[in-house]
Amino acid sequence: MAPVLVAIGLVFGYSFVEVARYSFYVGSAGQLTYVGTANYRELFQDPQFITSMFNNFKLLLVVPIVTALALALALGINTTFRGVRQYRAIIFLPYILPATAMGLSFSYLLQGNGVLDSLLKAMHLPFLIHDWLGSPSWVIFSIGGVIGWQQFGFGVVVFSAALLSVPGETIEAARIDGANWWIVQWKILIPQIRRIIQFFVILEAITVISSVFTYVYVLTAGGPAYSSSVMEFYIYQNGFENGSIGIASAAAVVLLAVASVFIAFYIWVRARAAKGSA
Amino acid sequence: MQHVRNFGRQILLIIISVISLYPTWFMLSTALKPLAYYTLNPAGLPHHVTLDNFFAVLHNWPLLEWMRNSLIVTIVTVFVSTVICLMAAYAIVFGRGFGRESLFRTNIALMAIPPAALLIPMYTLMVTLHLINSLPSVMIFYTGLLVPFSVFFFVNFFREIPLELIEAAYMDGAPHRKILRKVILPISGASTITLVIVNVIFVWNELLVALVFLQSNSARTLMAGLALYQGRYVTNDPLMMSASFLSILPLLVLYVFGQRFFVRGLTAGMGK
Repeated sequence: MAPVLVAIGLVFGYSFVEVARYSFYVGSAGQLTYVGTANYRELFQDPQFITSMFNNFKLLLVVPIVTALALALALGINTTFRGVRQYRAIIFLPYILPATAMGLSFSYLLQGNGVLDSLLKAMHLPFLIHDWLGSPSWVIFSIGGVIGWQQFGFGVVVFSAALLSVPGETIEAARIDGANWWIVQWKILIPQIRRIIQFFVILEAITVISSVFTYVYVLTAGGPAYSSSVMEFYIYQNGFENGSIGIASAAAVVLLAVASVFIAFYIWVRARAAKGSA
Repeated sequence: MQHVRNFGRQILLIIISVISLYPTWFMLSTALKPLAYYTLNPAGLPHHVTLDNFFAVLHNWPLLEWMRNSLIVTIVTVFVSTVICLMAAYAIVFGRGFGRESLFRTNIALMAIPPAALLIPMYTLMVTLHLINSLPSVMIFYTGLLVPFSVFFFVNFFREIPLELIEAAYMDGAPHRKILRKVILPISGASTITLVIVNVIFVWNELLVALVFLQSNSARTLMAGLALYQGRYVTNDPLMMSASFLSILPLLVLYVFGQRFFVRGLTAGMGK
C-alpha cells in the first residue's frame, strides 16, 4: 500500500499543488516572483493559447465520427464468418502502434504532393488534393484524421465485444415478432450496449482533449505558424522552449480544469452503470 | 441476396484492412528502398530491395542505445508498477485498512489525468534531484502514471475472486503475504500478463515526458530519439522509416503472439 501512496502522492498530489502555485509566479524555478492572476490574464489574451484550446475542441469532432463508423462496422460484422477474427486483429493493430512512428509515416503520406495526393490524382479526384499538413485551415482536421485512424480499431473491438454479450434470445424473440435487420440493430442491439457506447465516447473525448501531443509534435510541430497547436503543445512550448514556467503552468491548470469536466462525467457514467447492474 | 451481402462485407473489410495496414506497409516498403528510387516512386513496390537503410541507422545513429534505454525503462517501470499495484489492490480488496474505498475512487479519478499538466512540477523536481538526462527520471514519472489504471485493473480482477478462498487460508493462519503468493498469484497469471502488456505499450510509446526529461543524445528513448531526428534527416525518408520500423517491430512481434491479451487489457477501462 505504502509504495502506491508515495507514487500517487508524488506524481499527482505534489504536481497538482506545485503547478497551481507556479501559475501565480513568473521567473525560473530558482527565483520566482508572485504576480497574482497576471499569467491567466495573459494566457487568455494570447491568440496562440486560444487557438490551441479551440483546436482541442475541434478535435472533439473526431469522437462522434469514430464512434459512428466503429459502431456501424461492429454491427456489420456481428456474426461468425470465416476470417472475422483476423480482420478484427488487423483493424485493431493501429491502436497499439506508437503515435510517434505512425505519425512519421503519415507525415510523408500527407505532405503536399505526397502519396495521398498522388492517389487522389490517379483516382481523378483533383478537387480533393490538398497540402494536408501545410494549410492552416485544414491541418487540425488532418491531425484529427490520423487520430481517428488510430482510434477506430479500438472502437470496433470494444463494440464487437459488447455486442457478443447481448443474449441471443432477445434478438430471436424480436425476429419472431417480425422485426427486420434494421429494427433489431436500432431497437435492440444499440440500446443494449448503450453504456459501453457512453464509456467509449467519454474516453475518446478525454483522449483528444488531453493526450494528442505526439501527433501534433511529429506531424506539424504546431504549424504552420501555430495553427495546429493544442493545449499540451502550448504547455510544452512555453515551459521548455520559451522558459515561461508561469504561463505554461497556468495553461496546465486550464487543461486540468477542462479534463476534469470530462473525468467527472466519466465517474458519473460509471456510478450509473454500477447502479444499473446491481 | 445473402451472397451479395457477404461479398459486399468482404470487400468493405478488405478496404478497411488496407487502410489500417497501409501506413505500416509504407514504412516497411520505404525502408527497403534506396533513396534515389524512393524519390522517384514513393508509393510503388520496392523493386530493388535493400537492407542498407537498416544497416545505416543501426551504425550511424545511436539507435541501439535508444533501444536499450527504451527496454530498460520499460522493464523496470512495468515491473515496479505491477508489483506495487498488485499489493495495493490486494490490500484494497481483502485488507481491513481505513480508506480503502476512497483510495480506489481516487485511482479512478486519476486514470485520465493528462501527463502534460504534471510535466512542469515533475521537471523542476527532477532538476532538483539531478536526474535530468538519466533514465530514473522517466521511470519515476511513468511508474506514478501507471499506478491508477493498474490498481483499478487489479481491484476489478480481485473482486471476482471468492472471498471464502482468502478467508479459509487466513483462518488456517497464513499471513497475507503468503496468501498473496500462494493463493492469489497462481490464479492471476493471465490478468497480470494483460496488464503488463497495456503498461508496456504505454511506456514504449510515450513521447512527451521522454522528450523533456531525456535531452542528451545517448539518454533518449526510441520515441524521443526518433522525434528529434525527424528534423535532422528531413531529406532522407528511407532512413527515418527504417528507424521507425525497427521501433515498432517489438510491438508487432508481441501482438502476433499475444493478441488476445492486448484486446482484453486495452478494453478493460470500459466495464465496472
